[in-house]
Amino acid sequence: MDLPTFWFCVIVLFWLGYLFLEGFDFGVGMLLPVLGRRNEERRVLINTIGPVWDGNEVWLIVAGGATFAAFPGWYASLFSTAYLPFLVLLVALIGRGVAFEYRGKVDTARWRRTWDAVIVLASWISPMIVGLVLSASVFGLPLNEHGDRVGGWWTIFTLPNVIGALAVCGFSLLHGAVFLALKTEGEIRERARRFALRAGVPLLLPVIALVFTAQLLEGETWTWVPLVIALVAALAGLARLYRWRDGQAFALQGVALVGVVVTLFGALWPNVIPSTLDPAWSLSIAETASSPYTLTVMTWVAAFGAPAVLIYQGWTYWVFRKRIGTQHIPPAHVPSA
Amino acid sequence: MDLLDIARWQFGITTVYHFLMVPLTIGLAILVAGMQTAWYRTGKQRYLKMTKFWGKLLLINFAMGVVTGIVQEFQFGMAWSSYSRFVGDVFGAPLAMEGLLAFFVESTFLGLWIFGWDRLSKGVHLACAWAFSLATVLSAYFILAANSWMQHPVGIELVDGRPRLTSIWAVLGNNTVLAAFPHTVFGCFAVAGSFLIGIAAWQIARHHRKSDADDEDRRAWHGSMRLGAWVAVVAFAGLAISGDVQGKLMFQQQPMKMASAEALCHSEAPASFSIFAIGDVTRPDCENVKSITVPYILSYLAEGDFHSEVKGVQALIPEYQAKYGTHYPDDPRLGSFAGQPIDYVPNLPVTYWGFRFMIGFGGLAAFGALAVLWLTRKRKFPPGKWWAPLAVLSIALPFLGNVAGWVFTEMGRQPFVVVPNPDPSGVDGVWMYTASAVSAGVHPGEMLTSVLVLTALYGALAIVEIFLIVRYVRGGFDGVMPPKPPEGEEKSGEALSFAY
Repeated sequence: MDLPTFWFCVIVLFWLGYLFLEGFDFGVGMLLPVLGRRNEERRVLINTIGPVWDGNEVWLIVAGGATFAAFPGWYASLFSTAYLPFLVLLVALIGRGVAFEYRGKVDTARWRRTWDAVIVLASWISPMIVGLVLSASVFGLPLNEHGDRVGGWWTIFTLPNVIGALAVCGFSLLHGAVFLALKTEGEIRERARRFALRAGVPLLLPVIALVFTAQLLEGETWTWVPLVIALVAALAGLARLYRWRDGQAFALQGVALVGVVVTLFGALWPNVIPSTLDPAWSLSIAETASSPYTLTVMTWVAAFGAPAVLIYQGWTYWVFRKRIGTQHIPPAHVPSA
Repeated sequence: MDLLDIARWQFGITTVYHFLMVPLTIGLAILVAGMQTAWYRTGKQRYLKMTKFWGKLLLINFAMGVVTGIVQEFQFGMAWSSYSRFVGDVFGAPLAMEGLLAFFVESTFLGLWIFGWDRLSKGVHLACAWAFSLATVLSAYFILAANSWMQHPVGIELVDGRPRLTSIWAVLGNNTVLAAFPHTVFGCFAVAGSFLIGIAAWQIARHHRKSDADDEDRRAWHGSMRLGAWVAVVAFAGLAISGDVQGKLMFQQQPMKMASAEALCHSEAPASFSIFAIGDVTRPDCENVKSITVPYILSYLAEGDFHSEVKGVQALIPEYQAKYGTHYPDDPRLGSFAGQPIDYVPNLPVTYWGFRFMIGFGGLAAFGALAVLWLTRKRKFPPGKWWAPLAVLSIALPFLGNVAGWVFTEMGRQPFVVVPNPDPSGVDGVWMYTASAVSAGVHPGEMLTSVLVLTALYGALAIVEIFLIVRYVRGGFDGVMPPKPPEGEEKSGEALSFAY
């Protein structure tokens, strides 16, 4: 495998890490009003991800930064072409980040309602945009010979890209519900489990539509393998959840995600963004890759950095491994006005 | 306004805003880790109170710094895609390193620190505080290395007209970043020091009036104020020394920037330093400029001796034209700049006053910190009511100095985004006009939308942040220390000690 292909795989891994980790914390945010009826219950939900959501989000920043370093042309074309969607994503992520931090800082119902609304809205919008732009990279954008967009901002809203937006949303919702079944106890756990079992199959429909679209439009023969693995794992996950095996269900969700992501990027390979105007203007791995020296430097950085990240982030999850329920939530303590 | 102007306004607004959060975060994070270390080693309650109080203010600010940082990374691709394509081979590496080696550490260990009270052993919990605070400094290094490369491109060769990285060590060890990094970090401590002084002074003044003031609390505030003052004084000394080093480098690497910082139109030997100008500094021919000057000082700032010649704007223009051409290339992607003459003189009033405000605000804050050290010696408290509001107001000074410094640095390199360096240690022949860096495929309406949306959002969040900081400052130590459970009414022993 040459260095550019290796780095293509590394970028895929960063996206995988991002979708797996922030997928469930998006889901928790989306489910806030559904599963958390009282303030105490909402605090349980938020605290399942409290110590980790920030670290999860860094996977997106590293996916972006690594794309900049390893495939400047890919980074430049995708981010400038999807300018407004990325703007919306930024606004959502900004709102979400401060909302988690600020929600508990004033003890009034109105203050909490406001920030809850920000969390819920941002948690719905963010995965949609992530799905939209990732699909756009897979299915192509109207790029000219310089890699710049031809046409208006709306050209990104094609049917496959919209399916991609719904797919990442659906996955996050289901993933978040399974995560909550794994991380909480008592009534909230039961509600989360019931939600995942009832809504599971409908939520998976856009995901299934997405992988089949990618496979039929651009797939290779070998990408049928991850596609089938994804389907089997997703359904097996729901079956394990039915048997109260939350941990196994959560892990199988992860396997399904690997299958989906490998299918999509396998279909994309050897391009990074196809041009929908002229195949000659498509951006390929080879053309957009940085120099071998830069990629070698980045390989050393990743070889030391990435395992360390996995170890200390893994440790964080171990430190906060206990299930939580309403009885664990301490009373609010904030300075009075 | 065309696309370029809007994109530049956006970069300016988002960057200045982000850089209001960053210095406070970096300086305060290390001071809080230090306070927690003091508590760990002595077990004294007042150090715990200080850790919790300043730590809470740190977190309120940290959240804003993190979320506005994402905008910084994304906008290179969104608004400056031609720049990203041109420099990605070099510029992307330190940016990715920041994410992988520093930002992951920051965010993960911050989460462990916030939620880890009682969950981790005291030693491990303290180690988490140090991990995230030192990672913020490492982050700053990588970002400054990337920025310094734009000011002074090194470690590259030109292949097909594009810079290609040949040595990452040259980029990370660029003399420009070696000078900029200490200057920036001292700037962070200056901000954090004044922040401590101002808020602690306000608390002391309040406690002074209350007769039943808790003596322990008062000692904690007094300690915070003295700590802030010492940190600020040392930081300002460091700023002066590192600023001098940085200035001498800049005279070599970007003579035009320094000539405009001085509004020095004609070469002088020996050159005098302008303290204050009256009249019109907007014109590079210097008509009508009356300036209060100190003789010989500029020669010393530039070269380290009092008689050397310093080149003025008028002398530099033909040098730049000879080396880098008189007109922009006739390329339609340059928009209205295609084929136009190149103006090598940066915006003079902005660079001239930016430089002066940086030094002036910094100097004022340094003077204030020294005054605080004098007034509070031997555990005394200054009498009277006048000084506490003054201390609160002076929190703004190092922030303003920081902003002015960055505006000067970034505006002073125009019309280039990557500055060509006549300095022989740089790689000459590598440069990029700001006009050709902007995203050609983005519509001005999209860009304008994002400027308006981000400005409105940042404005609203500033109000929320200040509201929360004021609230927690008023709450003092009572607002951040865990309440003692009422007698015999222990809820469940397994309740989290901290939760959102």
